[in-house]
Amino acid sequence: MDILTWTYFIVGLTFTLYIGIAIKTRASSTKEFYIAGGGVSPLANGIATAADWMSAASFISMAGLISFMGYDGSVYLMGWTGGYVLLALLLAPYLRKFGKYTVPDFVGDRYYSQTARLVAVVAAIFISFTYVAGQMRGVGIVFSRFLEVDINTGVVIGMIIVVFYAVLGGMKGITYTQVAQYCVLIFAYMVPAIFISLQLTGNPIPQLGFGGTLNDGTYLLDKVDGLLTELGFMAYTSGSKEVIDMFFITAALMVGTAGLPHVIVRFFTVPKVKDARKSAGYALLFIAILYTTAPAVGVFGIYNMITNINGQKIESLPTWVQNWQKTGLITIEDKNKDGMILYQKDKVKNELTIDKDIMVLANPEIAGLPNWVVALVASGGLAAALSTAAGLLLVISTAISRDLLKNALAPNISEKSELLYARMAAIFAVIVAGYFGVNPPGFVAEVVAFAFGLAAASFFPVIIMGIFSKRMNKEGAIAGMIIGLIFTLGYLIYFKFMNPELNNKEHWWFGISPEGIGTLGMILNFVVSIIISKFTPPPPKHIQDLVEEIRIPRGATSAIIH
Amino acid sequence: MNNLKQEDHSRSAYWRANIKILAGLLLIWFISSFLLGIVFVKELNQFRMGGFKIGFWFAQQGSIYVFLLIIFYYVWRMNKLDKEFDVDE
Repeated sequence: MDILTWTYFIVGLTFTLYIGIAIKTRASSTKEFYIAGGGVSPLANGIATAADWMSAASFISMAGLISFMGYDGSVYLMGWTGGYVLLALLLAPYLRKFGKYTVPDFVGDRYYSQTARLVAVVAAIFISFTYVAGQMRGVGIVFSRFLEVDINTGVVIGMIIVVFYAVLGGMKGITYTQVAQYCVLIFAYMVPAIFISLQLTGNPIPQLGFGGTLNDGTYLLDKVDGLLTELGFMAYTSGSKEVIDMFFITAALMVGTAGLPHVIVRFFTVPKVKDARKSAGYALLFIAILYTTAPAVGVFGIYNMITNINGQKIESLPTWVQNWQKTGLITIEDKNKDGMILYQKDKVKNELTIDKDIMVLANPEIAGLPNWVVALVASGGLAAALSTAAGLLLVISTAISRDLLKNALAPNISEKSELLYARMAAIFAVIVAGYFGVNPPGFVAEVVAFAFGLAAASFFPVIIMGIFSKRMNKEGAIAGMIIGLIFTLGYLIYFKFMNPELNNKEHWWFGISPEGIGTLGMILNFVVSIIISKFTPPPPKHIQDLVEEIRIPRGATSAIIH
Repeated sequence: MNNLKQEDHSRSAYWRANIKILAGLLLIWFISSFLLGIVFVKELNQFRMGGFKIGFWFAQQGSIYVFLLIIFYYVWRMNKLDKEFDVDE
């Protein structure tokens, strides 16, 4: 069978599976819709969290991003995994004990204030929308590259699938489809990685092949360092970012991860406090399988690119290079007309441009793997994009139906109509996300990175202080959130939109790039909240008792519905 | 009344023990990523482990393995602590 037939077959098969699961697990109450009835096992929740977390960008782009950044790419690896330590130790067990359905629920109740709740709702919706638009776009791109349909048709097909299981199944449907999606995506990622590692280094484990030797006995990393410096680039294992910037970006990504509402909410779905802890460990385990493989795939990719293309005659290029030239992901321009390809740092002389996504997408062909593996990678990319999109859409619909309607505007609605509103909100959210997928504002890619900075500067400090300080009051929390958000957003807008020409080391405050500014926003949030709370009255007695209560595991209300 | 006070006392002792465990683990978290992977990366890169320079390895592999160990140790330690203070579920 050819690649296209295989792709239709495997994608069709996985989509049928997702829809089948959605029908079997549809939600019948608000509790099932919001937190899957609270009865998800820690293992299933860990797998679902991993799928929820790993987006189209993690699956398709991260390895390539790292292969061009070398050591500098470590910010993503440490940043997007280290946040789980914070989640497991500082947030998940206490939020589970609190026992409500959403992040704004916690902020509103703990800070006994509708204003705090509304600030949290706005932040949750904003963060999730910026993130989800990128996912829908990712679905469209995978469709157009592998199934040869128009990007917009791809987005619409993706929307229909997501509507089906998010609207019908709510959190319950999403959880079990995410488990299936994780299996698809990790299998699709590991198969080509293992084969390439075996071909280059003779070691089937990519994490070890990464540090292994090539046929000629030199270490792969030394070889790549040498090749890159010869061509005028930085050595792979040394970076160009300043230490302070590396530090702040890594911290912003870690703290942002721990503050993202679609990740936090997953820990409301397990039965007990100790399950929440264990579940965070499982989540990181399943994420780490991909995240420790990605840097290996990155270095294999850059090695293959340089040795297969640089210095080669144009007419004798391997077929996979010619195939990917058609998609525009590899472009070759023979500037000096010598019939050979020259890869150079110097832009005037360089004749080869490679899109970062190719490192994962072209892997099966580079390794000479059968057609069904190529098809598998396509369905893996779709699984990654759909699972993340569904988790985000659920946060948006919950924020509207529960935080805005039930808890603020119309507290008297019945459970049945709340469930109906939740479903309508989910449809609305899918349509908006689809609109942005079809008409991506130029800044989507930029804004997704901001989601982390904003989550770091808003949610993380208020939740931490809500648990670890009995003295923190609503005045402090609201002021901290607002100032953290405004500061971070202001810095981002100033450098990214108003004065992009000033966006360099010389103009940044303390040498911190916009990607890392969320860390400073978070510190500011902490400082402002603590100072303001010292000058304003302490929280009422029942709130202090609530804090006392969430610190003790025993007595978590049994959330299982029979 | 006496009973209540005792419960309060044991609760705050539980909380203090919890904070102590957290502080130790977060210190390891900080060292393995921010110190070994970022601040002292150049110094550590002078040492090697097979094909890896040590600083680079911590930044792209080692820190993630340490994170995993931290969480699974925490799960085990807290389950034990919960039982010691009789606050388990």
